[in-house]
Amino acid sequence: MTTTGLISEELQPSPTPSQPRPVSGLAFLAILISIAGTALLVLAGSWLRNYNDGGAISTTVAAVLALASLYPWRFIIAAFAADRRRASLLASKDLVGARRASAAGREEASIAMGYAAAGILVALVLLFALTHQGAVAQTFFQLDKIKQSWKEVTRGFWINIWVACVAEVLVLVLGLVVAVIRMLPGRAGAPLRFLATVYADAFRAIPAIIVIFLVVFGIIGSKIPVLSKLPPTWLGLFALTLTYTAYVSEVYRAGLASIHPSQGAAARSLGLSYSQTLRTVLVPQAVRRVVPPLLNDFIGLQKDTALLSIAGISEAFQVSTYWQSFTFSMSPVIVPAILFIIITIPQARFVDFLINRDARRRAGGR
Amino acid sequence: MSFVEIDEVHKSFGHNEVLKGVSLNVERHEVVCLIGASGSGKSTLLRCVNALEEINSGEIRIDGDCVTGPGVDLNALRRDVGIVFQSYNLFPHMSVIENVMLAPTKVGGLSKDEARERGMKLLESVGMAEKAPAYPDSLSGGQQQRVAIVRALAMQPRVMLLDEITAALDPELVGDVLEIVRELAREGLTMLLATHEMGFAKEVASQVCFLDAGQILEHGSAEQIFEDPHEERTQQFLSRVVKSGRL
Repeated sequence: MTTTGLISEELQPSPTPSQPRPVSGLAFLAILISIAGTALLVLAGSWLRNYNDGGAISTTVAAVLALASLYPWRFIIAAFAADRRRASLLASKDLVGARRASAAGREEASIAMGYAAAGILVALVLLFALTHQGAVAQTFFQLDKIKQSWKEVTRGFWINIWVACVAEVLVLVLGLVVAVIRMLPGRAGAPLRFLATVYADAFRAIPAIIVIFLVVFGIIGSKIPVLSKLPPTWLGLFALTLTYTAYVSEVYRAGLASIHPSQGAAARSLGLSYSQTLRTVLVPQAVRRVVPPLLNDFIGLQKDTALLSIAGISEAFQVSTYWQSFTFSMSPVIVPAILFIIITIPQARFVDFLINRDARRRAGGR
Repeated sequence: MSFVEIDEVHKSFGHNEVLKGVSLNVERHEVVCLIGASGSGKSTLLRCVNALEEINSGEIRIDGDCVTGPGVDLNALRRDVGIVFQSYNLFPHMSVIENVMLAPTKVGGLSKDEARERGMKLLESVGMAEKAPAYPDSLSGGQQQRVAIVRALAMQPRVMLLDEITAALDPELVGDVLEIVRELAREGLTMLLATHEMGFAKEVASQVCFLDAGQILEHGSAEQIFEDPHEERTQQFLSRVVKSGRL
């Protein structure tokens, strides 16, 4: 064989076969964590039972918790079985088989640790809620106080939904306008580009709560014709639109910037003008790309409708704080929290779905 | 007076001078091939001709009309000068026929029906008619490039610029695309093409230019450049091309 100097025998020693890694250490660690998990869950169950004076439901829950805490043990048993298999295979010089048994055993032990760790976390949360004779549960989850207040709070929540929906439409349009202004070409566009940049920077910097406070009380107090006569809810809606248009313009801008320059070049080379290129080639592609981050900002916008409470607008949070001071309990405030969860989770899952679908599309096929 | 006159064109990107005084005349119905190493300025020269890049000095005239410098209607110029890119650059959010119809309807003044009719006729002639409703991502590279050529042809340009249009294609797809270019040459379309396909250049070019470091080092008939290059650098380049099995 001729040597060119690119490859030499010394640089390529024959490989050493990889050895089966030990299982027992990991399995013992899994036992420790599982013992802690079982102990804590049984303790949490007994606290729950005591808190409810041994009621039937709490007894059942405690029993289920104790049973669930035993789940990781089946994986521990499987891990030790794999460890024994590994030892016997190693003794009979079956290196590949031993390696596979060891990998399987370590996987089982890891699964046991994962479940046990989750059990520990659940137990800790329960223990925290039930500590001090159930102080946390008493504060946040008094069912009678929730029952008293939920109807009015839910009625207030329609204001949140209405504000969010109208503001989202406005933000969707205005954000794109600001983003496009920031992309105006040449020296002629420079002054407008500058103003749009100042706007986007300023309103991303000012906390939304300050914008709402200034806009609502400022305009009502200013006696400006027409504007100051608008209901506060409208002014609050405009304030949120101001803030979120700044955010969303950045999202659009990122989307436009992510389109490869060759797309613009191809459109221009066909004789399309700058604005035709923007309208028919760049914006449609950018909008498709930014749908997931856009929806993320909308979730933020929906949550921030609760900030309108500082302007005395009777949306869900404002109503719930009234009930809080009326009942001397935090429980009514849990109601708007739950309402926000209910409307947000489907959207969050929808965003995930869109992101995954895009990833799949890019990976091939459509 | 030649149809396309490129006169002492200089172009820099920052401090990097890519074109150092390039002059070239292209007659009507002529096919001019630009060959040379990557980075020699072939693509930049083509992009300057349809004003995708602004030149620093010199002049480009098409049919006697200067198309460089301020005041030129670039959109009108680009209607006359089509370009096809190495990376196809089809619009991924539009179907094949929509890609082809976009410019004729938006800037060519055609109605949708007229544009569709013209587009379908062209797609048919490159064997892509049944792919009209498909989206670019579902096409092979060769099919995408054929659509890109049709998209440029739909504007009925008087000059076509082809920028290494087969460089990104699988070897077995190159033939289909080159066949279309061959057909265009036969029909007498004026073309200026940058290419690494030396065999093809030899076959279709009425004039071959060898670019090196931003200058046209040598130009002449295909026969003269490939069989009897005068410049040492040209000989070097061609012998390397032969060695790598591409000629």
